[in-house]
Amino acid sequence: MASVTTIVSQLTSSAFLPATEFCRLSQSLLHWSQMQGPGIDLKPPPYALDALEPHMSKDTLEYHWGKHHRGYVNNLKKQIEGTELDGMSLENIILASYNKGDVLPAFNNAAQVWNHDFFWESMKPGGGGKPSGELLELINRDFGSFESLIKEFTIAATTQFGSGWAWLVYNDKKLEVVKSPNAINPLVLGYHPLLTIDVWEHAYYLDFKNLRADYISTFLDKLVSWDAVSSRLEAAKVLE
Amino acid sequence: MALRTFATRKTLGALSRFPQQLRGLQTFTLPDLPYDYGALEPAISGDIMQLHHQKHHQTYITNYNKALEQLDDAIANGDASTAVKLQSAIKFNGGGHVNHSIFWKNLAPTKEGGGEPPHGSLGWAIDQSYGSVEKLIAKMNAEGAAVQGSGWVWLALDKELKRLVVETTANQDPLVTKGPSLVPLIGIDVWEHAYYLQYKNVRPDYLKNIWKVINWKYASEIYEKECP
Repeated sequence: MASVTTIVSQLTSSAFLPATEFCRLSQSLLHWSQMQGPGIDLKPPPYALDALEPHMSKDTLEYHWGKHHRGYVNNLKKQIEGTELDGMSLENIILASYNKGDVLPAFNNAAQVWNHDFFWESMKPGGGGKPSGELLELINRDFGSFESLIKEFTIAATTQFGSGWAWLVYNDKKLEVVKSPNAINPLVLGYHPLLTIDVWEHAYYLDFKNLRADYISTFLDKLVSWDAVSSRLEAAKVLE
Repeated sequence: MALRTFATRKTLGALSRFPQQLRGLQTFTLPDLPYDYGALEPAISGDIMQLHHQKHHQTYITNYNKALEQLDDAIANGDASTAVKLQSAIKFNGGGHVNHSIFWKNLAPTKEGGGEPPHGSLGWAIDQSYGSVEKLIAKMNAEGAAVQGSGWVWLALDKELKRLVVETTANQDPLVTKGPSLVPLIGIDVWEHAYYLQYKNVRPDYLKNIWKVINWKYASEIYEKECP
């Protein structure tokens, strides 16, 4: 049974990545860089800003994408201008600024740009329901049941103290749930992210106020795109 | 737009003013605010104050009490690994209770002195260390805006070195985690819940405006107690 792990404890216990993890990390990032061209841009979500109503309001999208995500993009561009990071793909900027755990200033903005792109694409109008096919098989294998995955993912999202993210990842040919603080994402450990939920307060405060638990269950019931998770799994299996 | 009702100063603590004793374990209750929820407007909205106090702070207390009860059990059973595992919940929720209890005292309505700059020895110490109150505020605002994710920005007195410092802490880490001799004079919550409904993503605007309701009198009292 997969267990929830906190990325921070792994980061602090290994300042340097062993060669095998570094190779996997590069592979994982290479995969993502092939999916996204060079240059840093604010990508729109794959749906209109009001398309997730009533579960995630247009107001939230306008602020979350239009201000927060845009802010990370603009700040990153300013930060890397004229430096060696300028012109690199987003994924390579993340790798370089992660700097094996001793993060450089650009990391926060770069990782948050990537995280938010990934988050918008983890949702769709009319989302929710259940996964199927190979994804469901692996869920049953690694969590016992779909309900058990939902429970672990919910616990991770609820117990990420402060700001951060909860993730479903593919690692060592197994599905796992992990959580991470602030801007950290599982790419930096060479995992293959399959799904994420943003649990920074700005992600849910306008719609749910302090009720993070309601936001998480709404995300899982009504917003999550299991199609996106399945295609990410297909892509990840090729790399492992 | 929902009908806005500003409850008067909540006396949620009135129902259980006395510390609850469970097998000798003292648990905690939500302290009353010394002012109405709407009294800090327009710097901080009544909606925010009510949610912040009744929901966020109350939740930290509820979860802190739960963690303390579990810790009490673990200690009674000699269960060291559970006792250790509970530390992060205790730090987080206990820290949340400690920090917010200070925060409510750091704020005051303008008609009760909120925003009035410090005089006396604290004012003098600020001028000595930072040049002026304005410069100190600028520094605290810069550091508060730069906190990644959730946290606090503090004006602290290092009571060993007898000098003022500006510090930040992450999440609900109390100030003492940055130095055991640090005494909080002013703490400003920069978690998004502290400002989002009113200021949205523009944390710098929140920081600029909160100084209109900062209770310098309270900060001076603490300072004078430590540096008579």
